[in-house]
Amino acid sequence: MTTAIAHTDGHHSPEKGLMRWIKTTNHKDIGSLYLWFAFTMVLIGGAMAMVIRMELFQPGIQLIEPQFFNQMTTMHGLIMVFGAIMPAFVGLGNWLIPMMVGAPDMALPRMNNWSFWILPFAGGILLSTFFMEGGAPAFGWTFYAPLSTTFAPDSTDFFIFAVHLLGFSSIMGAINIIATVLNMRAPEMKLMDMPLFVWTWLITSFLLIGAMPVLAGAVTMMLTDRNFGTAFFDATGGGDPVLFQHIFWFFGHPEVYIMILPAFGVVSHIIPTFARKPLFGYSSMVYATASIAFLSYIVWAHHMFLTGMPVAGELYFMYATMLIAVPTGVKVFNWVSTMWRGSMTFEAPMLWAISFVFLFMIGGFSGLMLGIAPADIQYHDTYFVVAHFHYVLVTGALWSIIAATFYWLPKWTGKMYNETLAKVHFWWAVISVNVLFFPQHFLGLAGMPRRIPDYSLQFADFNMISSIGGFAFGASFILFTYIVIDCIRNGKPTDARPWEGAKGLEWTLEPKAQYHSFNTPPTRALIEQESQHS
Amino acid sequence: MSKLTSRLGGLIATVSANAFAEYGFNMTQGVTSISRDIYGLHMMVFWICVAIAIIVFGVMIYSLIVHRKSQDAVAANFHESTKAELLWTGIPIIILVLMAIPASTVLIDLEDTSKAEMTIKITGHQWKWQYDYPKEGISFISNLKQDSKDVIYSGNRYKNYLLEVDNNLVLPVDTSIRFLITSNDVIHNWWVPDFGVKQDANPGFINDAWAKIDEIGTYRGQCAELCGKDHGFMPIVVDVVSKADYAKWVLKQQAAKAATLAKSSKTWREDELISLGQKVYNTNCSSCHGITGKGIPGVFPALKGSPIATGDIKEHISIVLHGKAGTAMASYKNILGDADIAAVITFERSAFGNQMGDLIQPAQIKAAR
Repeated sequence: MTTAIAHTDGHHSPEKGLMRWIKTTNHKDIGSLYLWFAFTMVLIGGAMAMVIRMELFQPGIQLIEPQFFNQMTTMHGLIMVFGAIMPAFVGLGNWLIPMMVGAPDMALPRMNNWSFWILPFAGGILLSTFFMEGGAPAFGWTFYAPLSTTFAPDSTDFFIFAVHLLGFSSIMGAINIIATVLNMRAPEMKLMDMPLFVWTWLITSFLLIGAMPVLAGAVTMMLTDRNFGTAFFDATGGGDPVLFQHIFWFFGHPEVYIMILPAFGVVSHIIPTFARKPLFGYSSMVYATASIAFLSYIVWAHHMFLTGMPVAGELYFMYATMLIAVPTGVKVFNWVSTMWRGSMTFEAPMLWAISFVFLFMIGGFSGLMLGIAPADIQYHDTYFVVAHFHYVLVTGALWSIIAATFYWLPKWTGKMYNETLAKVHFWWAVISVNVLFFPQHFLGLAGMPRRIPDYSLQFADFNMISSIGGFAFGASFILFTYIVIDCIRNGKPTDARPWEGAKGLEWTLEPKAQYHSFNTPPTRALIEQESQHS
Repeated sequence: MSKLTSRLGGLIATVSANAFAEYGFNMTQGVTSISRDIYGLHMMVFWICVAIAIIVFGVMIYSLIVHRKSQDAVAANFHESTKAELLWTGIPIIILVLMAIPASTVLIDLEDTSKAEMTIKITGHQWKWQYDYPKEGISFISNLKQDSKDVIYSGNRYKNYLLEVDNNLVLPVDTSIRFLITSNDVIHNWWVPDFGVKQDANPGFINDAWAKIDEIGTYRGQCAELCGKDHGFMPIVVDVVSKADYAKWVLKQQAAKAATLAKSSKTWREDELISLGQKVYNTNCSSCHGITGKGIPGVFPALKGSPIATGDIKEHISIVLHGKAGTAMASYKNILGDADIAAVITFERSAFGNQMGDLIQPAQIKAAR
């Protein structure tokens, strides 16, 4: 390869028009496709959340029938988990990992194209169930048998197919990231030189490869139970409905960390940048991430304390679950130590990252409480759980995605977003999200079960407050959309390194990163200079 | 004008009802030793979390105020400390062990149902609870009370809206009670917060839990596992009474059972069957098949003009008695008496424009069982 081709994109420059996006094998194009897809899904899933909060605004049934309410909660959960959070992180991974490891592109570009283009079809199949007789799945995103087998509408088979497709896509995405990190990394970059976003994604990929086939197994058993006369989950045929929950949560608990480990990575980039100080405890961050990933495989039944497990099982799962607090604590302490005696400024990405640490910790505390098996008797399946997982998934995972968007948007577009508007957006979102989810702790403790379309009067006030917060939080996405589009269209051109304290190979590329990231691998000197622990 | 005033009145009534409703922030302490132990654990872990939060958030907030560029802070360059890492790995482990000890004690205690003095069997159905007192020979179904059903879509929602049932579970005070919990269809969960009892009801399996209730009173709970359309509408109400009152109640129930048996041997008139049948239909059948018999397309079949409700009467009796395998249609053999089943079939064959005009007598049901 000659230097001339290395500096222009030669015959690899993008095609024009729609075909560019359909045929693209470029990690940046595919990253953008993933991110826009995830953004669309956030809006669709968010619209469902608005319907839920409108119905729960006051006691009684005003807007939607109970059956449709269950469809809303189910599809909201499925779309947010499989359509929004996971694809958004794969999008970030696509965009950033080749740039961060000094590679020109992903290792398996054609598979990359396929793993993205499966998604719109899977999402379309899932959403099309709304228009089928019997309506969309209405058995919760956890789809416990037998409600999802014997007692579910025919559209459930389409749901099963969609989940299979989503699984293909995720597994291919994970294989691609592992192959890229291990084979495309700059020859001079050792594993312990890799930035934390790359580390967390590498570990997440192994979680995906381990967990998604288990989910595929669960839905396949559902399929045969529903259509081919098997009885995996039916006691009258010798099966066991609790078996379904074991299989589901053997997928489901690693899934939780699939959605949060890359978030840890993002925050570990942003805090050092704006504290102007190297990340504290780089290697302990890597080990903590790996420990969390390992523990995530052996704690699944803490979701099942009430299914009638033997005491010994409950004790084991309680102890194992409590252990997760240790590596998670290490991460938080490292972030705080990174901030300590730094020289901090508070641009939008930093605001999102700091509020991530605060709010994710609140979700962590309620998680610790939920892990105490006897106390879980009172918390289980109440709004306390709803508050808990929204604190870790909205103000955790989603927060880091928004933080990452503001942080790397200049590198993606070569332009700077409107900082004033971004600050307004941040305060709007952070206040409204707490009005939305904090009162749900009280609702749960006071005894309100989750997934109910109507409630008794003692829950009325907090539900109304929560709904008001919800509408305000929902509206904040209008401003977010405006800020991003305004940046793409009218943003001021930036330098290659728009943030004073930013380190990382991606900042050595052109202000708007070139179509192929590194055509010649970065040198050892450059890698050391840009490393997170120097 | 009068319409507007009445609407306004309704609105004010709703708002003031909300204002006077009791609402809690925290978990109930409850009325059993288990519920109090759980509350104690909950508060202990909560305060530990508060303490950790004060320390960590305190350090963060201090740092955010002092170590900022606008305060001319110069960034230090330290980025590791094995001592600190060991410290903040070790201290959390000690705190966790301290939490795990009392948690384990409570867990072992609440799972030990061996000291029970009496047993109640609880069966979840879509969307009602069945209570059996095996030794006393009492069995009944507990549905959401009609008063609540009437105001779901509009009207004055009163204090215990959605938390009242037609037949309360009655239990004696100061008695160790074992609950055997199962389900007839999907997974339900029997939860009474004041007892500290919440246990999944799994179809085909029996779970257990226990409670020794210290105070006489009425306690309310709800199904806590998504079980389909009316998951939000299957509450639990328990009357805890003195041991003497409980004994009287048992005798009364046994007498009532004998009366029900007598009903199935007499021959009923058409109007009697239809009026009882409508009541039974609205309580047991309408949540799926609909008040007007139209069902929900693709989920629950209509009875209006259905091949069964307008076809062979034997088929009709069979499906009500035995249910339909592989669907949500449950068996009512053990839920409803002969008279109720005869009445509801008669009603279904004459209502919704079906107009079959045939009468079914309780004796026919008895024979078909």
